[in-house]
Amino acid sequence: MASRTEITIRVTDAVKDALETYEKKEEELIPILSKVNRDLGFLPQEALELISDGLKVPKSRVKSVASFYHMLSTKPLGRHVIRFCENAPCHVAGGGEIWSALKEATNLQAGETSPDGKWSLITTSCLGLCAVGPVMVVDGDVYGNLTVDKIPEILGRYE
Amino acid sequence: MNKINSLDDLKRVREEALEKRSKTAVSGKAHVIIGMGTCGIAAGARETMKAVLDYIESEKMEGILVTQTGCIGLCEQEPILQVVRGDEEKVTYGKVDPEVAKRILKEHVSDGKIVKDHVVNL
Amino acid sequence: MAYFRSHVLFSTDPTIVEQGGMQVKEALLKEIKNKNLSEEVEVIDTPRIGDSKHGPEIMVYPEGYHYVGLTTKDIPFIVEEQFLKGRPVEKFLAPALKEKAQELRAPTAKEVRVVLRNCGKINPENIEEYIAENGYEALAKVITDYSQDEVLEIIKASGLRGRGGAGFPTWLKWDLTKKATGSPKYLICNADEGDPGAFMNRSVLESDPHSVLEGMIIAAYTIGASQGYIYCRAEYPIAVKTLNIAIGQAREYGLLGNNIFGTDFSFDIEVRKGAGAFVCGEETALISSIEGKRGEPYPKPPFPATQGVFGKPTNINNVETYANIPQIIFHGADWFASMGTEKSKGTKTFALAGDVKQTGLIEVPFGITLREIVFDVGGGIKNDKGFKAIQTGGPMGGCLPASFLDLPVDYESLTSAGSMMGSGGMVVMDEDTCMVDIARFFMEFTQAESCGKCVPCRVGTKRILEILTRICDGEGKDGDIETLEELCKDIMSNSLCGLGKGAPNPVVSTLKHFRDEYEAHIFEKKCPAKTCKALIHYEINPENCVGCTMCARNCPVNAITGSPKQTHVINPDICIRCGICKQVCNYEAVEVT
Repeated sequence: MASRTEITIRVTDAVKDALETYEKKEEELIPILSKVNRDLGFLPQEALELISDGLKVPKSRVKSVASFYHMLSTKPLGRHVIRFCENAPCHVAGGGEIWSALKEATNLQAGETSPDGKWSLITTSCLGLCAVGPVMVVDGDVYGNLTVDKIPEILGRYE
Repeated sequence: MNKINSLDDLKRVREEALEKRSKTAVSGKAHVIIGMGTCGIAAGARETMKAVLDYIESEKMEGILVTQTGCIGLCEQEPILQVVRGDEEKVTYGKVDPEVAKRILKEHVSDGKIVKDHVVNL
Repeated sequence: MAYFRSHVLFSTDPTIVEQGGMQVKEALLKEIKNKNLSEEVEVIDTPRIGDSKHGPEIMVYPEGYHYVGLTTKDIPFIVEEQFLKGRPVEKFLAPALKEKAQELRAPTAKEVRVVLRNCGKINPENIEEYIAENGYEALAKVITDYSQDEVLEIIKASGLRGRGGAGFPTWLKWDLTKKATGSPKYLICNADEGDPGAFMNRSVLESDPHSVLEGMIIAAYTIGASQGYIYCRAEYPIAVKTLNIAIGQAREYGLLGNNIFGTDFSFDIEVRKGAGAFVCGEETALISSIEGKRGEPYPKPPFPATQGVFGKPTNINNVETYANIPQIIFHGADWFASMGTEKSKGTKTFALAGDVKQTGLIEVPFGITLREIVFDVGGGIKNDKGFKAIQTGGPMGGCLPASFLDLPVDYESLTSAGSMMGSGGMVVMDEDTCMVDIARFFMEFTQAESCGKCVPCRVGTKRILEILTRICDGEGKDGDIETLEELCKDIMSNSLCGLGKGAPNPVVSTLKHFRDEYEAHIFEKKCPAKTCKALIHYEINPENCVGCTMCARNCPVNAITGSPKQTHVINPDICIRCGICKQVCNYEAVEVT
């Protein structure tokens, strides 16, 4: 388990790095938040405060943007994030069964993270892969033409 | 790379590109094209690409150009792989998993026999 | 070397020869000669084609048609149909292929590829391949030969309208931004394709990014913009990557940056990645998001043309609109205007999904009918079921029933039918689809994506969803339909942006065209499509039941009782309507009522 200070150092470094990449420009707030979110897995309260200080914009503004977009998370997520598409075209293609199988395999409901921190299960907006639906994305990997049988094998690829 | 400053510059670049393309055809080389749009990847195009490259290496096949293209719109047939042998017509294959890809390389690219059960009509 | 357009493989397998194969071959050669096709069609012997079980056979390439069971008598007909008229002769297709031919895309004669012309043909990560297909020639022409007004005239004459959905004339939008005072001017490409079921823009961005860049540069030249943004949704990581590669290559060639084509016109493009918010496809919300704010829409006017990004004049077009531009310049406005209907010119890409045989991306001229799209281009309904409805225009579009199948597709016709063009998603639904359930499904989406800024949309969509859910659960009551109609009307007239104004459309259109289904749910407590679980019952038909116990053994909740060889019975109080009994029954004894 990382100590409190180690975590703080990681957060500080990630924010510093993102602010430098985007030259501390206020209009780059969303790319900055996205980068920190990607590096840390989510946006801890401390990070939002540091970004607010760094860009000299009110904390309320940073917080309101961070909570608006689906791709930004203010809650810690698991080591692996399963994003499942539950939109009409995938639903029509049999997405419901896959969703049940995913919930069963991970023992999670939508939006939950497993107690051991391995999985987060969330739904996503349409990935535009409707012709190969049902579709899910695990971390950065896309899987299409899903069947219930394929689920254990795919999830097995992740440690 | 030289900047394009006029219509003539642009035409020169185009002619070079066309020449490169026809050279591949004249030399009798085979060109294998794999659809690597997101839909292709979701349907397993990365595995197909890997199988193609592995097979070419393990069988020491020579003169084969492997490139990628985007989405052709036939997402249901993904992964899609196309073969152009020398100056022959392009053949488009659908639902090409690693096993099918190996068959295509062996039967079509090497031996010139089209793997007809995976041909997609365009 | 002679060039043959068709190659016919003739099987010389001994079993085939035994069945008179060589006579058939002779007849084929003779007929080809008679029809003067000897220089176009080549017949090649091959040791074997299929399993040789069906008599003399040939394989026709490039189509890949496998014909079996041929006699000398059949040859003239086949030669005429296949080689002169160019269509398959279904009667002689090999059994396996017969099924496959139906699965495969129908002849694409009805498709016209303008925007998708390079998709799947060129390597998107190599600018030379785009240039080889006459890429950037339109730009060269524009910058070296045309004035800004001349370009505007061409776009005006072409009749191009915005492909993002609203169909606003493109030239007019450009003209407004051109005339607006303020500097610098910005140009935005809206690549926030969020409609579920729509992925045309993703394909273009991933497969032919330079066509979008070229269109943007031409637009920038015309309106005098110096900075462009492509706002691409985060759900499309590969599109973002491909765009960045394309922008890099265009800069190296001097097609982006300072002094393009050696003139004093300078323009550059940057990709802005969204962070997941459907409403950002709305142009004012998109502008807020580019500025680093919550992606909430704001009231118009001021329009982006006068006050857009950072308060400066801004032109926003969709990916497909820009991708059309180079083609219009290259082939001329008349060529473009020759396609389509009186008010809608050119072609439109659609993403065909749902219960249609051939899903995927299509591009067709405006004016094509829905029937042609579903049955000719899409190959018809999966499993040969009946057609029930087609949903166009994305989640804010409408569902149209079979009576609209002969509607020619353009902006006005779809709107007057109670649906809309939207960005171009099309979801086909078969007879087993419950329209109340579909309305609920779309409502779930818009309700979740409502940004919450204005009350009619935020609260209204929630109330609609509650009522629809109640109806699907069998708890609908008299008056629900009227309440729904009132809510829809209020939300549509009082919301700020397109999302709210369009949100009730799925409900309005299903109420209009499938009102009887709502009434069946509410008054008869029945789901005519037999999909709403609370309203269906599984029963065993004693006439078909043989008492095999299969259903009882597979029922997850032990709701089925009966002794072997006796008729079984389902206890409706225990049954959870999972449908497993119906799936496992080999005697079609389980019925849904």
